[in-house]
This record gives sequence, structure tokens and C-alpha cells, in this order.
Amino acid sequence: MILDLQRFLAQERPHWEALDAMLHHLANGGTLGLEDARRLHRLHERAVADLAKLATFAAEPESRRTLEALVARSYAEIHSVEAGAQPRWNPWRWFTQSFPKAFRRHASAFVVALASSVLGVGFGAAVTMADPDSRHITMPFGHADMRPSERVRRDEAAGDSAAVHDMHASFSGMLMTHNTQVSILATSLGMTWGLGTLVILFYNGVGLGAIGVDYIVDGQGPFLAGWILPHGSVELPAILIAGQAGLVLAHAMLGRGSRLPFGRRIRAVAPDVATLLGGVALLLVHAGVVEAFLSQYHEPVIPYAFKIAFGILQGTGLAAFLLLSGRTGTESPDQP
Amino acid sequence: MTHLRIRTPEGVEFALPLAGPVIRAAAYLIDVAIAMAATFVLSILLSVVSLASRDLASGLIQVGFFVVPILQGVLLEWFWNGQTLGKRALKIRVVDAEGLRLRPHQVVLRNLLRAIDFLPAFYLVGGAATLLTRSGQRLGDVAARTVVVRIPSPVSPNLDPILGHRFNSLRSHPHLAARLRQSINAQEAGVALAALARRDQLDPADRVRLFAEIASGFRERVPFPSDIDEALADEAFVRNVVELLYRPSGTLADAPQDGMSRLGGR
Repeated sequence: MILDLQRFLAQERPHWEALDAMLHHLANGGTLGLEDARRLHRLHERAVADLAKLATFAAEPESRRTLEALVARSYAEIHSVEAGAQPRWNPWRWFTQSFPKAFRRHASAFVVALASSVLGVGFGAAVTMADPDSRHITMPFGHADMRPSERVRRDEAAGDSAAVHDMHASFSGMLMTHNTQVSILATSLGMTWGLGTLVILFYNGVGLGAIGVDYIVDGQGPFLAGWILPHGSVELPAILIAGQAGLVLAHAMLGRGSRLPFGRRIRAVAPDVATLLGGVALLLVHAGVVEAFLSQYHEPVIPYAFKIAFGILQGTGLAAFLLLSGRTGTESPDQP
Repeated sequence: MTHLRIRTPEGVEFALPLAGPVIRAAAYLIDVAIAMAATFVLSILLSVVSLASRDLASGLIQVGFFVVPILQGVLLEWFWNGQTLGKRALKIRVVDAEGLRLRPHQVVLRNLLRAIDFLPAFYLVGGAATLLTRSGQRLGDVAARTVVVRIPSPVSPNLDPILGHRFNSLRSHPHLAARLRQSINAQEAGVALAALARRDQLDPADRVRLFAEIASGFRERVPFPSDIDEALADEAFVRNVVELLYRPSGTLADAPQDGMSRLGGR
């Protein structure tokens, strides 16, 4: 069939312009009534049919390219509509419902992340006990350079000095950014089929186990608990949740037990991965503030019993939040 | 693969040209430069805060240096429909890999997962991934199910200096002209147009040989009556064919017809 291209373009161009105008309206946040929505659908179908006709005129590249770009936009607009009215994204509802629900949906990935860290803790503790010289390899942040009792003496003597008092915000900022970077990396490494995520969680555990056993053997258990628990009761679970998000991604990549194609599997978990990462970021901001403003003060400024009780209460509250929050509400489909 | 091809439920396929790694790297460098400028401005503004508390200003600057580049990518791609300043400048856009509307979680994921694309340094993992994946995706794009496409420029080439406004004798046989349009693909049409655009830069002998070759290809495809064909030099024939392809509406219908112009010759 030979198409009269001149007449075809003259006849169809007004419909394409009408479709373009409606898409502009929607892109600028506009909404459509029922009749306009039907018209949008009709115009889209007409543009698709025009594209099919124009495909026979391969030497008319400009009109075809213009129409392809238009059909791409209308296709995205029409086929992205989900069933039912979508509520506006509500940050509070997202944090109190979507986040804990996403956590619970992928609880098995959290257990694997926890197991990897616990293995690391055990390995770090065992190696430090068996070979104290290994502390230079297993302990991060310069902990190997000083005996725990020496550090306790130094920090307790510092008390509420200006050196401690004048660096709250900068120290807090450093902790937030560092921990968030580690968490993002733990999630990102899920793209290595989860191997990188497991390694980073294990490595994190090794350092923790090595430091823990070093302080306990040196008789500084109360100091260690008072130092770690206030912020660690949030920071450590947050890093585990970041690892959980990475493992969720890895599970979708591996596709074990699923008949969906790769793209569909990734698409199915991506909103939860983003939600978990958003939740982790908020938890780490909280942990950073607590670490700078509470954890760095020791006896006699703040009694260890108070810090330990604070950490236990906070950790229990976080566990309750993750396990119970949003159980009675409706799931929000929105992401951070 | 150079295009993202999407088939609609109606069975019609449309294609979006994929952006290559070089243009994406250039867009990223623009974004990095803008983020650095933004954090520099932020640190100047926060120097006011340092009058009250140097510690607070230092903390805010640390957080700002980390957050500004991430927020720049996430917020701009979300509110500008897949574009940052760098992407906008270089006319590329992030789109859903299945042609659907970009969702917030996709924008968040592809920006945060730069962490792995950047490893071990200078985007080596991400760069390798764009070369190895079918749709030129870095790992962040794979996780977010996004691709980066070029935005085709809606501006048509300025044909007037190339084609002029001469009578096109090929239009006197509309059925042959229509068959010619159907038999020549976009790439061939582009080659002929490029040859016409650069004709004055060519060596005279090369120019004659080039247009003879192009014209012979077109003539073999759709033979025109000899009275029209023989009256046109090769270059004039090519110009008339290109005029037919790029000006399908025939703007010359009422053009004055005299002498050489009437025959479309030079």
C-alpha cells in the first residue's frame, strides 16, 4: 500500500499536537477527568497506529522520530497507571508502616545478614584470643595502638573537657556520613550476587568481636557496654538492615525459587530495597547524634549503668518498632 | 544494541536511542562540577554559622559534602523527569527500561548504587558494565531497571541552503516519487543529505564520482522516464531525491519554473 504522505501528515498532525498538549499538562502535575482520560487513550492508540503506518515510510525520518518520541511518552503515561487511587507520599506513614513492613517481608535476609556478622564477631574474638598480635589486623580505628585500660583511663580523665565538648557536631557529622557510606556499599554489593555484602558484614563483625574480647579480657566490660550500647543498639541493626537490602537484591538476581524473568524479579524487590535504605539513613542519623552527644561521655560524667540501660531500652524499642509497627495499618506503596 | 526497543500491546515497536558511555561520562562530570560548586557555596554560607559555633559549621559542612551530590542526582532526576543539569545540557535522559514512567525508588536506587559502579576507582565497574550489558546499563541502572537514552532533537536540518527552492521534476510522477520514498531508508537518505551539505568542500573529481555513485543507487531502485532522468545531472538528481524525501509536503508546487531551475539542474 502506498500512503499519500502529505495528506496523512496534514490529517494526523493535529491529533499528535493534541496528544502532546495533554502529556505536557500531565507532566506539569495536571490531572484528567474521565472523559479527558478516555480521549488521551484514544489519541495514544491513534498515534500508535500512525507510527505503524509511518514505519513503511522509512525515508521520512523526522516525522517518524517525532512520532516515536511522542508514543514513548504516551506509552509511559498510560501503561504506568496502577489500579486504584494512589495516596500522596506521606513521610510519617512511610517510616512507621512501609519501612517496618519491608523489613518483615524480607526477615530471612536479615537473619542471613545477622548470621554473617555473628560469624565475623566469633572469628574476630577467637583470633584475638588465640593470637593477641593479630589485633593490628583485626581492629579498626586505631584500637590496636592502645590497651583498653589505658584508653578507659584517658577517656574518663577527659570528662566533660572542651576537647570533647567542642567536637560534638563535627564528630556526629563524620559518623553519619561514614556509616551511611558503609551501609550504601553493603547494599550495593548485593549486585555481586550477595558475596560482597556477606564479606563486608563479616568484616564488620570481625572488628567488633576483636575489640569486644580485648576490652572484656582487660576487665573493661562495663566501659565497653556503656560506650557501644547507646549508639550501637541502633547503628549495628541499621548496618544489618543495609546488608539485608543487599541480600534482597542478591536473591532477586539469583532468582532461586522464582519463575519470573530477571527484570521482573529486580523490579519486584526494588521498592523494598529503596525503602530499607531510606530507613537505614534515618536510623544512622539518630545513631550519629547519640554517639557524639552521649556515647563519648563516660564516668564520672554519665554513669555506665545509665548508658547501658539507655542502650538496652533503645534497642528493645527499635526491635519492637521493626516487628510490630504498621501491623494494623495499610501498606504504603510509596518509597523514600 | 544502540536503541531501546519497546513493543506496545498493539504490536507496534518504537525505539529510543541509547546514550553511549562517553556522553554519559561527560554529563556526570558536569554534574560533579556543579555539585562541587554547590558545596563550595554551602561552605561559604555556613561560615556565617561558624561565627556562632565552629563545631556546628564543621559538622554541617561534612554532611553537606556527602549529601549534596546525592540529593542533586535524586531530586533533579525525579523533578526533571530523568534529567540532571549535565544530562539536560547534553540532551540525555534516564527512562524506565520498559518505557514506563520513572518511579521514585528507581531514581533513589540508581543514584545510591553509584557506590558499586565507582569501584575500584574512576567508575571502572560502572564503565565496564555499560560496555557489557545489552542496554548500556551500569549496575545502578540494572538494579533500578533504568536506561539512559538520547533525546532526539525535534529540529529538522535547515534544508534551504542545501536544496534551495528549485522546481523538482521528479514530482511530476507522484507514483514513482512515492515508490522512491518507500524504497530508501533513513540511513541512505542521511548519506545523500550529508553529501549535498558538504559538496563545496569536495575535490571536483571526487564530487562527480560521489554523486554518480549515489545517483546510480537511487536510479536502480526506481527508474524514472528517460526524458526526466537524462535531463538531470547526477548531483541534481540526488538533490531532487533528497528534496522528495525531506520535504514530502512539496513546498515547491507553486515555485516559478524557468530554464535550469525548471529541470532542477545547477
